[in-house]
Order: sequence, then structure tokens, then C-alpha cells
Amino acid sequence: MSAETRSLPVVQEEGIPGEPPEAAVSRRAFLQTVAGAGAAAALAACDVDSALRRHFKELSKEEVARLVEKVKRDHEARFGKKDWQVTARSPMPGVEFGYGLDLSRCIGCRRCVYACVRENNQSRHPQVQWIKVLEMDKVRGVDVIESDAYYEADAVPRPGKFYMPVQCHQCRHPPCTKVCPVQATWTEPDGITVVDYDWCIGCRCCMAACPYGARRFNWAAPGIGAGEVNPHIAVLGNRVRPKGVVEKCTFCIQRTREGRYPACVEICPVGARKFGNLLDPQSEIRYVLENKRVFIFKEELATRPRFYYFYAT
Amino acid sequence: MTMHWRGMLAATTVASLCAWTAAAAAPPRAPQPKAPPPEEKKEFDTPAPPFALGLFPCTACHTEPGNPQRRELGFHDEVLPLRHGPNRWCLDCHDLKDRDMLHLTDGELVPFGESYRLCGQCHGDKYRDWKVGVHGKRIGYWNGKKTYFLCVNCHNPHAPRFTGVETVVVDGVPTQRPIPEPTRPEPRPLRPQEIR
Repeated sequence: MSAETRSLPVVQEEGIPGEPPEAAVSRRAFLQTVAGAGAAAALAACDVDSALRRHFKELSKEEVARLVEKVKRDHEARFGKKDWQVTARSPMPGVEFGYGLDLSRCIGCRRCVYACVRENNQSRHPQVQWIKVLEMDKVRGVDVIESDAYYEADAVPRPGKFYMPVQCHQCRHPPCTKVCPVQATWTEPDGITVVDYDWCIGCRCCMAACPYGARRFNWAAPGIGAGEVNPHIAVLGNRVRPKGVVEKCTFCIQRTREGRYPACVEICPVGARKFGNLLDPQSEIRYVLENKRVFIFKEELATRPRFYYFYAT
Repeated sequence: MTMHWRGMLAATTVASLCAWTAAAAAPPRAPQPKAPPPEEKKEFDTPAPPFALGLFPCTACHTEPGNPQRRELGFHDEVLPLRHGPNRWCLDCHDLKDRDMLHLTDGELVPFGESYRLCGQCHGDKYRDWKVGVHGKRIGYWNGKKTYFLCVNCHNPHAPRFTGVETVVVDGVPTQRPIPEPTRPEPRPLRPQEIR
């Protein structure tokens, strides 16, 4: 094969044969400029760190601290100066969270839905809500197909109806983490199933797998005003999500890992929501499980939720 | 069978004798100071009771010695008619001598901030659940300090059937109080076809 009929271009260090040396220099300078501009653009997008880092569970303490700083920078860039408290707390030892919801008390007022939206920085536009309150018929009992999540009323509870809020059940055998092809979602030792938003590829397999319909997808970049954003954020929890990732209830990981109650527990006007440590025999959730009539939603699927419905009266 | 029982009886007697000897040999112990029953002191951190504006302290109006005669009231329209079981009247719970206090059935005075002890006299099952945090509402820390909402933060003591609550600020602390109006739900979520 002669030099004139080469099929693959070979770029030589010292110009291209047959062309004047000035052209070669300008071409090289051009390439350098393009590469430099590309790198600068990537840096400006600030996602090089996220794209190059390892899986969250493999990160060292220093790398987690760097990630926390980066998340803080990102939020400051988007929402401006605020009292940002960014955390990536590890689970407390000897703690497994459990949640109880008293079906005999819930009046279906949806205060929990909006407290959750405010606390966990869900997108206002387009609307994303982690808690769905189902209105059901007392005669039919728990019947998801016949239930109504879009009820409108002047006053609740409506006669003959009861209300069943549904959110992530933090299963012990979660189908959602099993199907994730990239292990972007997993269960922490304290029982909270989390999503790494930098690792999620947005395939939505977990949403198809979840029998409780508890996961939400960000079809667009979350629309949250600077005045609405909650500055107390956790890296694996309520930080503002990017477009194209899946999110879910984390039992307010930024609050509960500091010992506080989740936002939905504190807002509930009738005190229907109970929260505590399943491993502590003195906790209220243990009292509920040992003394009240408990109902496990879709128990036959053997997901073994840490979320229990009960009937206190 | 008889032999078996006799043997068991003998063994029990020997065991109790040994125990009696051991107890007698031990130095006499000073009588333990009796611990106060847990109900005696204020053991729950509760918010200030949500009094209606201008009603408390009662001594602002009730300065004269009161009339203990059970009768139809001609005033206090805001609590009338009393819808709290049959045959109840003011001095079943309110104290005649110390107007700013409540009293239990045994005559012990209880401040309004500990009214749960008064309610618990009749509603023992609810009181038991409330104490462990299952009936009613608590806020704060799941592994630490909690604020227990009082019975009267959700139930009007003069008409206790639950209707609704509203958020109020008492002594600078947000809490809630019962209202006669039923609760209006927050807006429904958008249907999938409405989300753009």
C-alpha cells in the first residue's frame, strides 16, 4: 500500500505532508483551543467530580467531605447564600427505624403531603409528591383499585370513608434495590433505602418494581424557588435533585439521623403518625407493634416493610 | 403419686427454711424511703394549654367565694351547652376555692398544664396510650426530649368529640387548639395528564 492511498489518516507531529508549515501550526493551535474550551465547559458544569467519583459506599471520609462541600457549592450557585447545612451522616449504631400510621385516626387532610414537599425539596413545578393519600370506602376496606387519591372535599373525614397515606415502606426485602442495574439505590444499616442521585441513570426499573408506587421520577429539573428551598439537606436525602433521576421518601434522613421526628410526624394534626427505633423495647413503635392491631400493606409480597399501619382504638 | 407430692412438699419446706435462715442472717436494712408514685409530679413536657383569649386566669373575674350549688349557668356561653357525658358540671373538674386550678376526684389540685391527669381518671385507656406516645401527638426527638401535646390541644374539654384543630402560638411556642369547624383538606395532587 502506497503512502498516497492510506485509508486511515495519520496525524504527524511535524505538519501534514504537502501543506505549508503555517497551516500545521494553526491546526494544532486550533485543536488545543478546542480541547481547552471543552475542559473549561465541563468544569463550569461542575459535574466532573460526580462523573468521575466512585460508588458512594466506597468513598473515604475525606471524599465524602469533599462531596458535601461540592453539594453545598452547587446549591449556593443555584439558590444563593443561605444558612446551608449539608450533611452526610452515617447511620446511628443500634438503630433500625420503624414507622406506624394509625388508620383509625387519619382524617385525610393531606398536611403531611405538603410538609414533606417543603422539608424534602420536592419539585413544585412540575409537581412531585412523595406521599399519596388514598381515600377508601369503609365498607370495602383496603382496596387500592377502588381508592381515590384525587378526592376533593370541603371537610374531611367524609362520612363512610377512611384514609390511607402511602409512602415508601423502607422494606427489608426491597424489590427496588434488587432491580437497579447500577446499584444506585440501597438500604442503609438503619433501614432507610436511599438513592445516590449522582449514580442513578434514570432507567426507572425501581419504579416498576416498587409495589407501593413510592418512587418518583424527575422528568424535568425540579422547580423550586430560592425562598422555598430547605437549606438543611442531606447528600443521600433531600438535596435538590438533578433532572432525570428517581427520588423517594427517606424517613427525612436529614432529621431522623439527628434524633428528630420526620416532618410528616410533626405536622400531623391528629397524631396518627408514629416513629421510633425498632430495636429499642421502650420506643412507641414497639408498643404499637406489641399492643395494637397491625396491618402490613401487601404483606403477601414478602417485602417485609418497616412501615406499619395500625388501629389504635 | 402420693410419694411424689410428699417429696415435693419436703423439698419446698427445706428451700423456704433455707431462705428464711438467709434472711435472718442478713443485717437489718434501714427502711427504704418510699419513692413517690410516678403520677405525683409533672413528668411530661407539655406546651402551655391553649386557653381562649381573655379566659385565663379565672381569678381575674372570680374573686368572690363561689356558689357550690349544682345549677344551670347563665353565663360562660362559650362552653355551653356542655357536651361531655351526662350530668357533668363545672365543679366536677374546676376547683371552687382555687379558681385557677383543677381538682381530681380525691380533691388534689392540678394545674391546667397537667390536665391530662384529670382526663386520665375516666379515660384510663387513652391516658395509658398517651403516656407511651401512641394516642395523641408528640414532637421533638424520637430518641430524646419530646413535647407531649395535651388532651386539650386537640379535644375541647367542654365538647370533646374531635372536629378539627388550628395552629396557634402560645407563649411564643407554636402549638394547636381544637376548633369546632371541621378540617378542610389541602389541594389534591395533579393528575398525570395535568402535569406539564
